[in-house]
Amino acid sequence: MILRYLIILLILLPIKAFAVIEVDITRGNLNPLPVAISPLDIDKNSKDNFKRILKKENIGVEISIIVENNLKQSGLFDPLNKDAFLQKPDIANLKPRFEDWNLIKAQALVTGKVTFIDEKLRVEFRLWDVLAGKEMMALAFTTVPSNWRRVGHIIADKVYERLTGEKGYFDTRIIYISEKGPKTNRIKKLAIMDQDGFNNKFLTLGNELVLTPRFSPTNQMVTYLSYFRNLPRVYLLDIETGMQEVVGDFPGMTFAPRFSPDGKKIIMSFAKDGNSDIYTMDLENRIVERISNHPSIDTSPSYSPDGKYITFNSDRSGYQQIYVMSSNGKNVKRISFGNGLYGTPVWSPRGDLIAFTKLHKGKFYIGVMRTDGTGERLLTENFYQEAPSWSPNGRVLIFYRETKTNAKGEGFSAKLWSIDLTGYNEKMIETETDASDPSWSSLLSN
Amino acid sequence: MNLSKFLKNGFLILLASLVLTACATQKTQTGQLQGDVYTGKDSVEYLASGVPDRVFFATNETVLTTASRETLRKQAAWLRKNSDLNIVLEGHADERGTREYNLALGERRANSAKDYLMTYGISSNRISVLSYGKERPVDSGSNPLAWSKNRRSVSVKAN
Repeated sequence: MILRYLIILLILLPIKAFAVIEVDITRGNLNPLPVAISPLDIDKNSKDNFKRILKKENIGVEISIIVENNLKQSGLFDPLNKDAFLQKPDIANLKPRFEDWNLIKAQALVTGKVTFIDEKLRVEFRLWDVLAGKEMMALAFTTVPSNWRRVGHIIADKVYERLTGEKGYFDTRIIYISEKGPKTNRIKKLAIMDQDGFNNKFLTLGNELVLTPRFSPTNQMVTYLSYFRNLPRVYLLDIETGMQEVVGDFPGMTFAPRFSPDGKKIIMSFAKDGNSDIYTMDLENRIVERISNHPSIDTSPSYSPDGKYITFNSDRSGYQQIYVMSSNGKNVKRISFGNGLYGTPVWSPRGDLIAFTKLHKGKFYIGVMRTDGTGERLLTENFYQEAPSWSPNGRVLIFYRETKTNAKGEGFSAKLWSIDLTGYNEKMIETETDASDPSWSSLLSN
Repeated sequence: MNLSKFLKNGFLILLASLVLTACATQKTQTGQLQGDVYTGKDSVEYLASGVPDRVFFATNETVLTTASRETLRKQAAWLRKNSDLNIVLEGHADERGTREYNLALGERRANSAKDYLMTYGISSNRISVLSYGKERPVDSGSNPLAWSKNRRSVSVKAN
């Protein structure tokens, strides 16, 4: 008996040594993991070529900074100061001296190399477990040089996935509304940027009011509300081609659009004679279906990831509350019963939670509840904030927040913020202009 | 459904009586609010002499007040006199609600004004409805008085 236990122990020990680094993403950023991100090694010829093409002094350093910033922003990692690194990037990538990295308290180490081959950018990187003295992961890929920021995001995603056991969310984009001008006459434009705020691009000119853009599951298409010719209607935009079209032919305002999880339908509200109900339109055969039929306001619909259910808000009880129904509109069930008003429900990509906006006693909250309405948890309180959108791994929410103006009506601003599902790591996302209505894309590389 | 409507009406009556009792103090405080419905003239424009262009609503409400109905009767009379004119009813909400719900609320407010105009003989094909939700406030303040001015339906000449 004892002998058998001993044998099992002997087998288990080395495995335990492998599993030394693990990041628990359910507990927030109480103990971020110290990681060393070594600048990616680069030879002189490659460096000169990238400098010529990308106007960056050292692309290896630049990419490692992206990796570092992403991991830091997640709140789960603590990237160490590069000044303390004892080993040069080239040697570290071949065979790190683990004692040196251990000395500066790094638990994980990222090394790598960038080369210029056939006008392309080739990157290889390695993730090392410093305590166990082992390589955990090694990957290489090639892309066009202009994709260099995405290279940094992809490396960060791979590191995040290897250390947390869940997919990352760094190689993603945010579609949002860029805002400018006085509060009484805001100029709003459709805009898109990388998740970290870089590569910002405007998709409309600001001639007409645009609101609430949302990505399709494949990220190619965006659905949004436009006041083109003073007719508020749901539109569909192909980001690659720039082609736009009105969704359906409704004799009145359509709004609050979202894609179904398979990308084949758009679900939205249609308002007529003072009543808003929920409709879908099939993008292939153009068939319009009425999903809800009630004299109250039914809006802000969002599908469950399996497409079987829809959550929405309705004031059928007298006040705005959250409901869940089958995707055919049957079995409507109210799920929010706390104090206050509840709106903008969005189903988590993991399927287990619904994020929402809550108004109670003059304060606005972003919160989550289980899909049956139990386990309500408020993550953040403010003067005004709403419209959460999930990161593709269901760990982070992005939303917008507006400031209170002073007695003269001055001091208005609208900004994008993100917060972890844990309620920790609340952060403002820098944007060129004021911003609202963010929607998070799925992972670009899969 | 019937029950909730009944309860809602009951609540309104209760609210109305609260408003009545609170009236004296409210009026001396600001002179521009009755309950939380705006009664001032600040942002009001005129379609013709003595015909105000807008009506105001209580928070989250689409019910027309006595003053609103009076304004709309004046608008109806003016529209009857100018039978070649069409109007757009622009419905608005204050900033204290989620964007999408407020779009629906603005649409409902404008329709509540439209329905009233129709009962005074104005044909529905002379009236179109456009909701701006909370996108076009007239007062950029973040206070109850500013919000009360922004909860409105404005009649705008369409031709």
